[in-house]
Amino acid sequence: MGHDKLPAMLAPADPFEPLLPAPFAGWFSSRGWAPRPHQLALLDHAREGRSVLLVAPTGGGKTLAGFLPSLIELSALPARRRPKLHTLYISPLKALAVDVSRNLEMPVAEMGLPIRVETRTGDTPPGRRQRQRHVPPDMLLTTPEQLALLLASRDANKFFDGLRAVVLDELHAFHNTKRGDLLALGLARLAQFAPGHRRVGLSATVADPAPLQRYLVPQKAGEEVRAALVRGAPGAAPEIAITASDAYVPWAGHLAIHAMPDVMNAIRASKTALIFVNTRSQAERTFQHLWQLNEENLPIALHHGSLAPAQRRKVEAAMARGDLRAVVCTSTLDLGIDWGAVDRVICIGAPKGAARLVQRIGRANHRLDEPSQALLVPANRFEVLECEAARDAVLAGELDGEQLRNGALDVLAQHVMGVACAAPFNADALYAEVISAAAYRDLPRADFDRVVEFVATGGYALKSYDRYAKLRKTPEGLWRLAHPRLAQTYRLNVGVIIEEPMLDIRLQSKGRPAGSGGRTLGQLEEYFLEQLVPGDTFVFAGQVLEFRGIRETSAYVSKSNDAEAHVPSYMGGKFPLSTFLAGRVREMLANPDAWGKLPTPVGDWLRIQHWRSLIPNAGQLLVETFPRGSREFLVCYPFEGRLAHQTLGMLITRRLERLRLRPLGFTANEYALAIWGLRDMGGADMDALFDEDMLGDDLDAWLADSALYKRTFRNCAIIAGLIQRRQPGTEKTGRQVTFSSDLIYDVLREHEPDHILLQTTYQDAATGLLDIARLAQMLKRVKGRIVTRRLDRVSPLAVPALLEISKEMVAGEAHEDLLHEAEEELVKEAMRV
Amino acid sequence: MSDVLIEVNGETLLLDPAGALYWPAERTLVFADLHFEKGSAYARSGQMLPPYDTRSTLARIDALIARHTPARVIALGDSFHDRNAADRLDTQERAILSRLAGAAEWIWIAGNHDPAPPDWLGGRIAEEIAIGGLVFRHEPSASRAAGEIAGHLHPCKTIARRGRSLRRRCFVSDATRLVMPAFGAYAGGLDVRDRAVRTLFGDMFLAYLLGARRVYTVAA
Repeated sequence: MGHDKLPAMLAPADPFEPLLPAPFAGWFSSRGWAPRPHQLALLDHAREGRSVLLVAPTGGGKTLAGFLPSLIELSALPARRRPKLHTLYISPLKALAVDVSRNLEMPVAEMGLPIRVETRTGDTPPGRRQRQRHVPPDMLLTTPEQLALLLASRDANKFFDGLRAVVLDELHAFHNTKRGDLLALGLARLAQFAPGHRRVGLSATVADPAPLQRYLVPQKAGEEVRAALVRGAPGAAPEIAITASDAYVPWAGHLAIHAMPDVMNAIRASKTALIFVNTRSQAERTFQHLWQLNEENLPIALHHGSLAPAQRRKVEAAMARGDLRAVVCTSTLDLGIDWGAVDRVICIGAPKGAARLVQRIGRANHRLDEPSQALLVPANRFEVLECEAARDAVLAGELDGEQLRNGALDVLAQHVMGVACAAPFNADALYAEVISAAAYRDLPRADFDRVVEFVATGGYALKSYDRYAKLRKTPEGLWRLAHPRLAQTYRLNVGVIIEEPMLDIRLQSKGRPAGSGGRTLGQLEEYFLEQLVPGDTFVFAGQVLEFRGIRETSAYVSKSNDAEAHVPSYMGGKFPLSTFLAGRVREMLANPDAWGKLPTPVGDWLRIQHWRSLIPNAGQLLVETFPRGSREFLVCYPFEGRLAHQTLGMLITRRLERLRLRPLGFTANEYALAIWGLRDMGGADMDALFDEDMLGDDLDAWLADSALYKRTFRNCAIIAGLIQRRQPGTEKTGRQVTFSSDLIYDVLREHEPDHILLQTTYQDAATGLLDIARLAQMLKRVKGRIVTRRLDRVSPLAVPALLEISKEMVAGEAHEDLLHEAEEELVKEAMRV
Repeated sequence: MSDVLIEVNGETLLLDPAGALYWPAERTLVFADLHFEKGSAYARSGQMLPPYDTRSTLARIDALIARHTPARVIALGDSFHDRNAADRLDTQERAILSRLAGAAEWIWIAGNHDPAPPDWLGGRIAEEIAIGGLVFRHEPSASRAAGEIAGHLHPCKTIARRGRSLRRRCFVSDATRLVMPAFGAYAGGLDVRDRAVRTLFGDMFLAYLLGARRVYTVAA
């Protein structure tokens, strides 16, 4: 960013003046601290008005480094000449914004600085929000959504015109997401209102910092612009143990019940342990199993996103007081508040990615000079390989790279509406602004114009809604909002986090009829609850519950006497195995010298596989076919994660059907895909079966009624504002939204398959729920490298995949077969004598 | 295509998987809740839904008329999403509608969304109509009404098996009366477990779910 507009008082200081003014130097030494080199480096960059990315592990005084330049600048200003809002801090978590604000109070108070720090989140009372607009604090700590709201207000340009600095926390966690897109577009706006401001990005260790450096600064046509880079000193290498048993390693499953005594012992040996699991249902089960072993009644708590907020706050507060010995949690605690007392992190199940593992380990022991303690608990044989590969990668300092996305068009649509809410805009100027954001730098003008048309009238080719237009062109050629009411609707719907439709879980005593009253335990996804039949049991909030029925937006349950729940949640982990880690697992598999460090049952498993079938080398795809019982199986091992395998399964079964090989179903896990049917599939031409051309017509035909794809469409439609969850005065429930978005999808696809919203849905699905991009890479990688084995019986490597089948008997998507079954049940009931 | 034939109050009716009812003895085809121009109604309030719902619904009516060649067509009310909906049809849609209306004797039953269907449509407008053992009206009556064929409720049902679920529109009947699924492209649905449905039938009724190629009979 240029600094030609810098007021004189902020001009680069005398180079001989110390970076740390006396009061600050005194404050550091009074606490027995010395400023760290990266903190000084950031001061130096700030003095020159340069934007900078700080990459440092947790515990290195990173947040303070981000704020120090602003504190020094503000302390040097005479109060009356102070800009209105000086520093804006943005965090992905509102709890983190609140926590950082509390941490800033200490230096501000102890040095007696006349600086006002405030937070602004969804919880900030209306009165204070109002006051903040008129009398802004010096530093405002907020979230991307709140920034979008501020930018969409009529006086946004005045509110921000004195802005000097923006601090972006945990940038690694969201720069490459839709939330990152929303914030990037907001930053592009801010650069218009306050052209001289500098930015500080704070990030955990990443494989490649370049995308984050680009994110921080406006891009120019044909030229890559990067913020400066400062790296903090690396902390001590973590100590990572992996539970291993030479006696028993399960073949499949994700619960690691066999290892719970080890986990319990690790808790006993820790002050406070964070126990990470990959899914909510896994958190529930782990919590239950630990309590069965918890003879000493150690305070062990449970934390996940579906628990009632009050319950979560209670756990967090107990944790902050140091009252707990362990918390079983999901990714809800991946980021966030530092708990000093945590001295060990336990990861149950596969880590999925090396960077994720590093972050989770970093939650233990926020002191750089002492190694973090971590325990990995693989739940099955493949996970043993994955844990070993992840440990090797972390110790070698190698992390997963990311596939960079293009900025999402649905987010752009929301932003365009927000811009119009603030003031009429010129399309040329807004386009120039949008492509200054790194994620949108390649956005064609035609696509931008289609997005504006979409916001204005829906952008339909064959029929127009001109008379209901939300944006209209003024005689001067500016786009303006057609009605102020639209700004109100925009404000109610801002944001890109689309929650699944949820139902309240209400607990009733058994005697009462289902359907009224009862304490709310939390919320669960509607799609999970809809598949339950009254009498089914499942685990939630640490107890086994019996499902009684759904009324309106609540699901009614009562306590069950069963010790075990009958219905597991089928939801797999949110994060698929990373490409990087998958590559390392394939390499380890292909290298028998590396098997020595594996537990005996795992080593034997691979040796017998080698002897009976084949261990593919790292570039190959092994396809095995064999009979079992009355069925024929085809099992392949791409190691590309469950999502990509599920998509592959959908497409391959279509092809097998066309070849009249009559597949009956398939199941996918993180490592393998298993398909079964009545005929031997070994005779098929595997090169043709796995050819990349499946991503053409076959994919297209499947997408027409894929439930996952429709869910992706729904999210895009909501973000883009086609469907409004909230209207002034009312709120649609998730139940209504789910249904109508499917109808809209069908009609739009039939009449205008090239519509911009379907285009953005495809873009989303390719990297999201369907992982088409990764599948495409895999098909390319294995071309000409498919090795097949026809076996007389199941191979060792295939066992885990086949064990999943007994849990999940149908093809990956809802199918008309379900209707047949329901009908047959009725007939059976009627014919019983 | 295999159809399900059921008896309601002694009359034999065919349930078409496309969501229409055909009465062979009277050569009468029945649609419920077409909700023409629901899309543009939403556009007025700022949600620019794809403006193709009317033509989509019309194309499906067209196909069903071609299949059954009825002498009479009954639209069971809420044919238009609101009082002004007919004014928002474009010329092409009006032309298709006029052509279809000329292909058979049309009876437009008044609904709560369209108490007075436009008169240029052709055909007859009625509050309700009785033919043989059946009476056709929009809103099901609260009392036990033998032979009543109604719409209004948009019934649908979710089937859950083995960790999967599927939601479909359906006919609902206890052999005395019948409620039809909504036919309009954007018409939403009401679960058959809802009180509004259960109070009509008591506890003994069947749901006939619309599949891709056939109708499935399922316990409600």
